[in-house]
Amino acid sequence: MANMNQTDRPPIYLDYSATTPVDIRVAEKMIPYLTEHYGNPASRSHPYGWTAEKAVENAREEVAKLVNADPREIVWTSGATESNNLAIKGAANFYASTKGKHIITIATEHKAVIDAVRELERQGFTATYLEPEPDGLVDLAKFKAAIQPDTVLASVMLVNNEIGVIQDIEAIGNICREAGVIFHVDAAQATGKVKIDLANLPVDLMSFSAHKTYGPKGIGALYVCRKPRIRIEAQMHGGGHERGMRSGTLATHQIVGMGEAFRIAHEEMASENERIRMLRDRLLTGLQDIEETYVNGDLAHRIPHNLNISFNYVEGESLIMAVKGIAVSSGSACTSASLEPSYVLRALGRSDELAHSSIRFSIGRFTTVADVDYTVELMKSKIEKLRELSPLWEMFKDGIDISKVQWAAH
Amino acid sequence: MAYSDKVLDHYENPRNVGSLDKNDPNVGTGMVGAPACGDVMKLMIKVNDNGIIEDAKFKTYGCGSAIASSSLVTEWLKGKTVDEAYAIKNSAIAEELALPPVKIHCSVLAEDAIKAAVADIKAKQSARATV
Repeated sequence: MANMNQTDRPPIYLDYSATTPVDIRVAEKMIPYLTEHYGNPASRSHPYGWTAEKAVENAREEVAKLVNADPREIVWTSGATESNNLAIKGAANFYASTKGKHIITIATEHKAVIDAVRELERQGFTATYLEPEPDGLVDLAKFKAAIQPDTVLASVMLVNNEIGVIQDIEAIGNICREAGVIFHVDAAQATGKVKIDLANLPVDLMSFSAHKTYGPKGIGALYVCRKPRIRIEAQMHGGGHERGMRSGTLATHQIVGMGEAFRIAHEEMASENERIRMLRDRLLTGLQDIEETYVNGDLAHRIPHNLNISFNYVEGESLIMAVKGIAVSSGSACTSASLEPSYVLRALGRSDELAHSSIRFSIGRFTTVADVDYTVELMKSKIEKLRELSPLWEMFKDGIDISKVQWAAH
Repeated sequence: MAYSDKVLDHYENPRNVGSLDKNDPNVGTGMVGAPACGDVMKLMIKVNDNGIIEDAKFKTYGCGSAIASSSLVTEWLKGKTVDEAYAIKNSAIAEELALPPVKIHCSVLAEDAIKAAVADIKAKQSARATV
């Protein structure tokens, strides 16, 4: 086994849910659009513009193909945060006068959804932040019960960024259609991992990001359904690009990158996901050898790329310090700017201790069996070391119930 | 998060990890913090008949700065009188470890742990004196 403290090479990347490397095939396709084909796709008067426009439209087709949509339903944005803001604020404001001013979302959504809804609350909308079940999934009956006569919009993510659970978008969409509620889905973490068939899914708006799927950062897209036709109010005003829904000169090279990344995803996702599932199972089996470990979120309705585990009685930030050989993220307060433990794990009803003790491993295209084996050995040795240091582990071993101890708050 | 070399040193090679016999009348224990807050420190000191701290041990659940703060104070405590120990300020711990502002609470917790351990040993001693 390799030296567990080695720091002479970069850590093994297991944080694909945070971002992915740009696939070399994507990068190579992007470069000519920076240096050679640098025209503005909106320039209609010369070949520079025509070439750029053609590249943009080809990319639009590739993005549409991955999610089985019409290319005319794809609007370029700067990323999933912008797509979420455009969808939620754009649709809520457009339909407020006819449908009402109540919004439903889930407590475990990405901040780009939660905070967009909070902003609408400040503008006079009301909102329901539905708690998921302890496995992270939305209870359909509870969702249906949350709909009010004045509900205008619901926003539910397809794949959760922290725990990787997959929501039943079809069933939730059907409930929305029946009630006349606009349905937005944040699919930033889903492309290339879950099959998406927008021609048949009851979804009105869907957000995409390139950089979670081996494309570049700074580019994303919003699907805006044409049948039934969904209208949104623009949030960015200017030259009327993207049929007025999102002004701003199109970033040709970024768009080409997203198109190529999504083309590759479409071609390779079946075999890639099978390989990643094998790696995830190997990682899970290895880590479950460690005492007092808890998988966060449902394992069956989950992308294989994500494994979120709490190692009880070990604090997440000190664990991340200990495992410098791998690049992972933690739900611990100490790794966040807010000093609050993960709101996603809290919403599942996990105790603060377990939220503090969580590590998210996310596996991707370039993860190997050797990476997984190294990770398992590293985790085993470092958790043992930190538990030696942990007064909570000592108490647990002495049979003391930590939840019954009176702790001084600080 | 970027840590100072001193924090990293204490974190990688923590000094005086472990426990002392809590039933020993010369051992004082201080347990501070809460699991929900992400840090718990247990500090134990052994005081001889001259009031000098002979030994100190710790166990800490928490971030790297919390572990380093408690490791550092066990080094500082040995050879001090309990009154000298009681006078240790969190600012001295934070300065020695070059803690960033968001980690100052770790040094506060270490100071609290010393005070709790000293209070425990004093309570044990006065209980003995009244017997």
